[in-house]
Amino acid sequence: MSKPVLQSPDPSATSLSALAPAKAAAGIFAAYDTPDFFCELMRRTDDIPPALRTVRDRLAGFDLSELRHRTSTAETQLYRLGITFTVYSDREAIDRILPFDMIPRVLTALEWDHIDRGVQQRVKALNLFLRDIYHERHVLRDGIIPASLVLGNPNYCDAMVGVRVPGDVYVHINGTDLIRDSSGRFMVLEDNARTPSGVSYVIENRHMMLRLMPDLASGMPLRSVEEYGLKLHQTLCEVAPESVTDPQVVLFSPGIYNSAYFEHVFLAREMGVPLVEGRDLIVENHRVYMRTVAGLRPVHAIYRRLNDEYLDPLAFNPDSMLGVPGLVEAYRRGNVTLANALGTGVADDKAVYAYMPRLIRYYLGEDPILDSVQTHICAEPEGLAYTLANMNKLVIKPVGESGGYGLLIGSQATQTELDEFRAKLLEDPSNYISQPVIDLSVSPTLCPSGVEARHVDLRPFALTGKNTWVLPGGLSRVALRKGSLVVNSSQGGGSKDTWVMAR
Amino acid sequence: MTQTGTRFPAMLANLNTLLSRYGESMMWLARYMERIENLARILEVTEAFVRNADGSPGWDSILQINSDEERYATLYALPATEENILAFYITESTNPTSIRAMAHMARENARSARPLISTEMWMQLNIFTQSMMELSTPDIRRNGLSGLCNRIKQDCQTHFGVTEGTLYRDQAWLFYLLGKYLERSDQITRLIDIRYHTLLPGGEISGSQMDLTQWGAVLRSAAAYHAFRRLQPVTITPANVVGFLLKNEGFPRSLMLNLRQVESTLNALSTHYNLRHQCGPLQERIINLRATLEDQTVEEIISRGLHEYMTYIQDELGALQAEVSVTFWPIAPVMTRQTTFSPQ
Repeated sequence: MSKPVLQSPDPSATSLSALAPAKAAAGIFAAYDTPDFFCELMRRTDDIPPALRTVRDRLAGFDLSELRHRTSTAETQLYRLGITFTVYSDREAIDRILPFDMIPRVLTALEWDHIDRGVQQRVKALNLFLRDIYHERHVLRDGIIPASLVLGNPNYCDAMVGVRVPGDVYVHINGTDLIRDSSGRFMVLEDNARTPSGVSYVIENRHMMLRLMPDLASGMPLRSVEEYGLKLHQTLCEVAPESVTDPQVVLFSPGIYNSAYFEHVFLAREMGVPLVEGRDLIVENHRVYMRTVAGLRPVHAIYRRLNDEYLDPLAFNPDSMLGVPGLVEAYRRGNVTLANALGTGVADDKAVYAYMPRLIRYYLGEDPILDSVQTHICAEPEGLAYTLANMNKLVIKPVGESGGYGLLIGSQATQTELDEFRAKLLEDPSNYISQPVIDLSVSPTLCPSGVEARHVDLRPFALTGKNTWVLPGGLSRVALRKGSLVVNSSQGGGSKDTWVMAR
Repeated sequence: MTQTGTRFPAMLANLNTLLSRYGESMMWLARYMERIENLARILEVTEAFVRNADGSPGWDSILQINSDEERYATLYALPATEENILAFYITESTNPTSIRAMAHMARENARSARPLISTEMWMQLNIFTQSMMELSTPDIRRNGLSGLCNRIKQDCQTHFGVTEGTLYRDQAWLFYLLGKYLERSDQITRLIDIRYHTLLPGGEISGSQMDLTQWGAVLRSAAAYHAFRRLQPVTITPANVVGFLLKNEGFPRSLMLNLRQVESTLNALSTHYNLRHQCGPLQERIINLRATLEDQTVEEIISRGLHEYMTYIQDELGALQAEVSVTFWPIAPVMTRQTTFSPQ
């Protein structure tokens, strides 16, 4: 046995709560209110799963000033550790931390099982879809999805047509954005099949939590998040070119000025592989090498954290200073593996998203385990008409954007904003989709005026090599502004540690 | 091949996988931190002991030993005033030889090599750099230059201690050491040179009381005073001091010791990491340089011209650095930085 940890809350709170649940929830939650939304911790009725009840009751025993003190300690540590992302304004680049909320988001074993299976199913379908559209194109011939939507998609990559990739895996690293509606039902909001980011925060948040809230986590049956780096490295080794017995893996980053550089460093360290930039790589005879102090050394698998168009100035954007000339041809010849594959952007497109339930049924013959949000495609006349008629009830999103940029939340927009957006929509309808506003679930969050309900989402990360593995939990992002539904870090979002209970 | 077809990550087969860029960044990280520490030492000793003919602090001499006169003149008027010199060397971010600019460069190199360095190193550097960025001229005045210099020295030493205690020993460590010993070799020549610039016209080293006080100050600024005393209990003579700083084999900042360290670091790279071919010409260069130090007595060095010899050493170290670059990172330069070794 190790020494007992710091114990400010009453250790007997768990058993007490079983006797008197109504009293136990007071404390810092005394003024907590969650009108109309599903609460991740309190639910809305008394049917709180036991695992959550323990967390809630322990939390109730903290006092606010103590929580605030720990929060400021956490933020100082994040700065010092350089766990930052960079925000670019017109004139300068500012290093910011992703605000960290001390109150964890908790998922029960049952909830996680559902998400785990659902994400695996979805990744399987995405990979089958990608293989199909770059080879036989059955799905187009069978009329499941309009050919124009796929072949005319700006993210459809002609260079991938007919190219076999190891294990037929295209999406090795996937992030699925999930939200919960007012009944607590999980729904997929979008797929991130290009270069999803945020996994480093999942792991760093856990470290922070165990350092600063040992008394909250003590004795909880938490699923570990430590394995990610190891699994990622294994995944990349599994999909390296088959002729190589001891593959050299690298992480390819745009460099220190990229907003996600911290994460690139984190993952390279967790995998124990070099972090390379374009200038560190060279292609000779369609093989990729890195420049080392001992000369050129071969590279077999590249976890690339830059978008397709910057990878190779010979194949795509000739102005890219970040890329490696000849990389795409080396890849097409099977001498090196890129993760994710080229051209996966067509699968996580917001318009293709609308067809995912049909694609899952088509490829797997199964019903989707995770629901999708009803989506109207403005490229289609009915979709456009519906969207125009219901603007004030819908969320309207440009299909090509990420990071929460350029979207309109109808219910929160002024008449002028609605009018302006209508004009943009009519100008280029195929650039937009619309969805009903989902009442995102909330989670108790430490705010300036006390513990209040704030909206959250969840991004689980899935790795696919020979098999698919989903990191237990994922990134819980929280919209720190009261009432806000936008959780993106670039738009004032923060994050929470996500606890998956083993039982 | 295993039956299951499972493939394992490369381990021993890829010993030589240090990216060129990492080697370069590690080397410059060490150089900048060592350089910051030395600048703090020089600022401190100048304030306390270096005097012009009229008795005022000889701030000009810092510009001379760092060959910064021209750049200084573009920012401030000559002759140098204390206020301007301190701004130029401590807080002026547009001056690449200021402590603030060098702290920034140290951190950028560390950021570039972040996948290799320890979290403790990174954290300490973040805190140090942040405090240098926040430093203002009033802070310097309020706390006194000596207090500030001591704090900076201590932060640098903390960096070296944390590095020694946490950095994994592989090629990255050796490139770090190479940078550190090269910088120390260079810096001791500049510290000795500081006395040259305060000599009276005619260039002779005298044994006056004033002179001895100043040589004592040079020793103190290199943390050498006590060690020197243990060896030379009778008297301080200029030749004794210079001889100690150049040729002593036990003093951690002496030129001799650091040239030997450069040599042994190159030997380690050559033999442990199979870089014989690359290291050969570099080893030859350092052996030749060391021979010039071994083959002359300190009296001979002084009579032939101490300043000229210091300049020669600085040039040779610059050439060695250039050859290390060509050898280990031939193509891609890492970050913009000043040329460091050209006293001309």
